[in-house]
Amino acid sequence: MTERPILLDPTAELEPAKRARQARPARLDGLTVGILDISKPRGDVFLDRLDERLSARGIAVKRYRKPTVARPAPAALTRQIVDEVDVVIEGLAD
Amino acid sequence: MAEAADGLLVFVKRECPTCVLVEPVLAALAQDGAHIVTQDDPAFPAGVQRVIDDRALERSFAHDIEIVPTLLRLAGGREVGRAIGWHREEWRALSGLGELGTGLPAERPGCGSLTQEPGIAEQLALRHCRVRFQARAIELGEQEDAVEAAFARGWSDGLPVVPPTRERVYRMLQGASRQPEDVLGLAPPNLVPCTVEKVAINAVMAGCRPDYFPVVLAVIEAALTHEFCMHGLLCTTMFSGPMVIVNGPVRRAIGMNWGVNALGQGNRANATIGRALQLVIRNVGGGLPGGIDRATLGNPGKYTFCFAEDEDDTLWEPLSVEHGLPRGASAVTLFAGDGVQPMVDQKSRTPDSLARSFAACLTVAHHPKLALGGDAFLIVSPEHYRVFRAAGWSKQRTKDEINRLLLRPGAELMSGVGGMAEGLPARFRDQMVPKFRQGGLKIVRAGGQAGLFSAIVTGWAAAGDYGSSPVTKEVRA
Repeated sequence: MTERPILLDPTAELEPAKRARQARPARLDGLTVGILDISKPRGDVFLDRLDERLSARGIAVKRYRKPTVARPAPAALTRQIVDEVDVVIEGLAD
Repeated sequence: MAEAADGLLVFVKRECPTCVLVEPVLAALAQDGAHIVTQDDPAFPAGVQRVIDDRALERSFAHDIEIVPTLLRLAGGREVGRAIGWHREEWRALSGLGELGTGLPAERPGCGSLTQEPGIAEQLALRHCRVRFQARAIELGEQEDAVEAAFARGWSDGLPVVPPTRERVYRMLQGASRQPEDVLGLAPPNLVPCTVEKVAINAVMAGCRPDYFPVVLAVIEAALTHEFCMHGLLCTTMFSGPMVIVNGPVRRAIGMNWGVNALGQGNRANATIGRALQLVIRNVGGGLPGGIDRATLGNPGKYTFCFAEDEDDTLWEPLSVEHGLPRGASAVTLFAGDGVQPMVDQKSRTPDSLARSFAACLTVAHHPKLALGGDAFLIVSPEHYRVFRAAGWSKQRTKDEINRLLLRPGAELMSGVGGMAEGLPARFRDQMVPKFRQGGLKIVRAGGQAGLFSAIVTGWAAAGDYGSSPVTKEVRA
């Protein structure tokens, strides 16, 4: 196991040392939800169902698909998702 | 094996020829009860029982060993005698063994202790808590790239920074004699007490060498004075940022540039000292572009703007001497400067003609019809300086002549004159108006030997008590 590098904080230390994750929204009403299909076989079965249930609640849904499960999403696709939706649902594995 | 609190200790390493030379002496001392502390090879000296393996260098560090062989006498756990290198009479006196080293040369210098190898002293100092940092330690992920981590945390001015590891910060602190916890002033805009240690961290990130650190500390002290008004300078919508001019012996000692391309890229000290100041304001003070820094356009000097004055000719006194420091003192002067405005005159061969050219170019500073706003620096190149030098014009006379040439009838500067709404208020109508406040025009020398060009650096339009004045601080070790 490699040693974790340690840096000394150059700032006034007004922010927490660990960067917090962005808080989850309390409600999805009024937000646009992205669903990213990573192209894993049969992932679409589960994601289609999520799409149905969200849409039934009147929540706007946009669908995206990675060209291949084997590689990271192309930068253009990542940018498009960031521009178009407020939250994203992504299945990371089987 | 632990050494006794009383008796003799000898520090050696096999790769030192002097230590090898005195191997029979080491055997005799061990026979007499001494301990031999070996830095690199526990099998050295051969056949000796009382060898202490110090490959971790803990004992060598604890006893501040700089040279091997070193012979120490301890009494009650405290050092009472030390012989450095092989010196027969000293070793005989310290050991009380009158026949020691018979047949060996009378003396031989030693070699460097392994504790003195590059990087080792810092690691040992940190491991043995000779330095305790007040700054928070930020632990990165195993696979996290330190340079990218600094970007991600917002510590960078947009260029990569050197990761501020404890070893690097320790080395930086060794470059000056100030205590890490000393407070240099309140860093704007958040008025955070700015410690020597925080400055060291940011100086590491800027790329400074430890021998620049005393200069960086003087720069920060100057920046945090009331007179310099760093807070307002940071907040302004105008172009300006701190410009640093360095005077005195430290310029040469740390290899600064005042010659070819003095205001440009390529010199580490020039580049990183100016950058360290900006990083301190950003990181300690919290002054972020788009946050408190509201510059409409800014200028490239806000990454770094630092150079040294050419002091090779003594007719014109250096800026630091004009500001009251003795010749021979090292100093920094900070000025709230805009970018560089070129001044070209390749034909003037008399000081009168050249002064007129300087005045004509200075007239347009900020706007031809504005006056008494900002100060200005004239950075005179060697070829232009030669014209004044040959005529015997002092620096003060040159400034006086230029200021006189800059006087303009207020009526010509009124709003609306020349079809331009910009201009001075009506109360100046019947006066001769100077371009700069009293003492507001400054002159320094810098630049390569070829080129009949000089530079004008105009200043923030809030000069003086209302805003910022140039501030000079002496550089102390």
